[in-house]
Amino acid sequence: MCGIAGLIHRGKSSNVGNELQAMLQALKHRGPDSTGYALYADNDGQNFIMRFKVGENVGEGSSSINEDESVYDKRKELVDQMLKSLGAKVLKEEKLTPYSYRYEMQYDEDLMDFSKKIESIESVEILSIGKSLELIKDLGDAQEVLDRYDLGKVRGTHAIGHARMATESGVDIKSAHPFWGYPFSDVSVVHNGQLTNYWNNRRMLENKGMRFMSECDSELIAVYLAEKMRNGASLEEGMKDSLSGLDGVFTYFVATKDSLGMAKDTMAAKPLVLYESDDLVAMGSEEIAIRSILPHEIDTYDPFDGEVKVWQI
Amino acid sequence: MANIKTNENKTKAQSMGLHSEVLTGKTQQKFFNPDEAENFYYWGTYDVDFNKRIDLDVNDLDCKEANKKIDELMSQGYGTIVIKNPQGKHSLGVGVLNKLNLIFEGSLGYFGVGSIDGPTVRINGRVGWSCAENMMAGKVVIEKNAGSCFGAAVRGGDLICKGSVGARTGIDQKGGTIIVGGDAGAFTGFMMQRGRIIILGNVGINLGDSMYDGTIYVGGKIGSFGSDAIESPMTKSDVDWIKRKLKVAEIGEDFDISNMTKVVAGKKLWNYDALEPTEKKGAI
Repeated sequence: MCGIAGLIHRGKSSNVGNELQAMLQALKHRGPDSTGYALYADNDGQNFIMRFKVGENVGEGSSSINEDESVYDKRKELVDQMLKSLGAKVLKEEKLTPYSYRYEMQYDEDLMDFSKKIESIESVEILSIGKSLELIKDLGDAQEVLDRYDLGKVRGTHAIGHARMATESGVDIKSAHPFWGYPFSDVSVVHNGQLTNYWNNRRMLENKGMRFMSECDSELIAVYLAEKMRNGASLEEGMKDSLSGLDGVFTYFVATKDSLGMAKDTMAAKPLVLYESDDLVAMGSEEIAIRSILPHEIDTYDPFDGEVKVWQI
Repeated sequence: MANIKTNENKTKAQSMGLHSEVLTGKTQQKFFNPDEAENFYYWGTYDVDFNKRIDLDVNDLDCKEANKKIDELMSQGYGTIVIKNPQGKHSLGVGVLNKLNLIFEGSLGYFGVGSIDGPTVRINGRVGWSCAENMMAGKVVIEKNAGSCFGAAVRGGDLICKGSVGARTGIDQKGGTIIVGGDAGAFTGFMMQRGRIIILGNVGINLGDSMYDGTIYVGGKIGSFGSDAIESPMTKSDVDWIKRKLKVAEIGEDFDISNMTKVVAGKKLWNYDALEPTEKKGAI
């Protein structure tokens, strides 16, 4: 059981950091292990934002180990050298925790090749690359992660988030949601459910050059959709295809720089409540998530089995 | 699960031949041990006056506090309780074993009004998953939509949703009537055993999958039939009964009942065969 939440403001910006925090905090009982935010912020859209980590925050069941912080600085230096050799120009860098960074940079070449080279450095993982996407995930509840990464001031158009209860993989950042839709900029995914054909799909996608950073089955959705889009499918086409391509039970959200989508498996085994108006769509695993930002009386509904919906900002 | 063990000292119930085992689960002892005089009354019930009405704002209460407060108000004789600001909270109004007018001014989360026996409930909003699960008797009316597992394992009473409902409506239903004014999702009537479901709109795939018994009436399109669910001809008594039920539910006044599809169990699954239990023993 995990909790997922998402919202999209149509035609305006809002304080999506605080709004998503309220929604995820209301779902804390569904997933106390880690919390993740994918915020589509009002950045200037000129430069890439790369968020990456050089070490792990290790929790229960994680295959990672606690390391001395001194190794983090060394890895960060290696990342800087690699960026220089790739021709990326770093305009601004922020150290958010001992193990995670946010870089604003200019880069015009292929992001897949770029990502492969950065992630060839030991224990370095790119959490996201995008011009508006700010992807943050760490151990703790929504309030703790919001405070740790100072997300309360982030304004933007849309956001998706996840409160994780670890089941098939450990409690750590690499297994936390959202997952970046590598190698596409500004694509993120959150998922509630279990995928039963994970390994078959993973082997097939790895043979096609796609990369997996964790053993978390939910990562498959991001990679699956990214591969479909790489071959020319639209986001909605990829999502519809996933209903038969992914086996198991799932409700997932996917977001791009200008859209937000949801898909529910054909068994309708995982919950989702949806509120839709002309200027706001809000959805979550439970109605209390929506109520946390819309306390007045509203009309909500459960999407049906096998339903896919995509909204634009 | 209750811990079952043999009790060497026979209780009054055992000496009367009512049963030979003692269920040590707390609830079972409370209901069925006749040695203790205080257990002869139906636990959790009160004499209430329907004209005695009170509002209860649950905005700052969690579900346990709110349910305890409802119980407390019933014990004070209040027969009409209006719940303000339910705000989609889970498990509100569960375990009401009383005649009571219970009105929710707003929406409920999961497991709303579960395991009730007798109250008349009106919810002026939406309900989440598993509304009225294991309901024994009473009437529940939801003015808007409902989530999945609507009326799971209901055993009696009328459960009415004026909007649409999610998947697995009436899963494991054991009696009573579920009425839906709008559409219903996949696996409606999954493994139902008794009772009736009326859906005025469309239903999703696998309708009545693995149903043992009971009847489902569908007014709209059917996504697909589930295993062992088959169509059966509508009779005049079906039409008359549905007409009466819809009147009680205050929906579908002009609905053309005669064109509804009636779905029942084909009884061809492995657990159905021509042998009676005694014959099975002989065959073994």
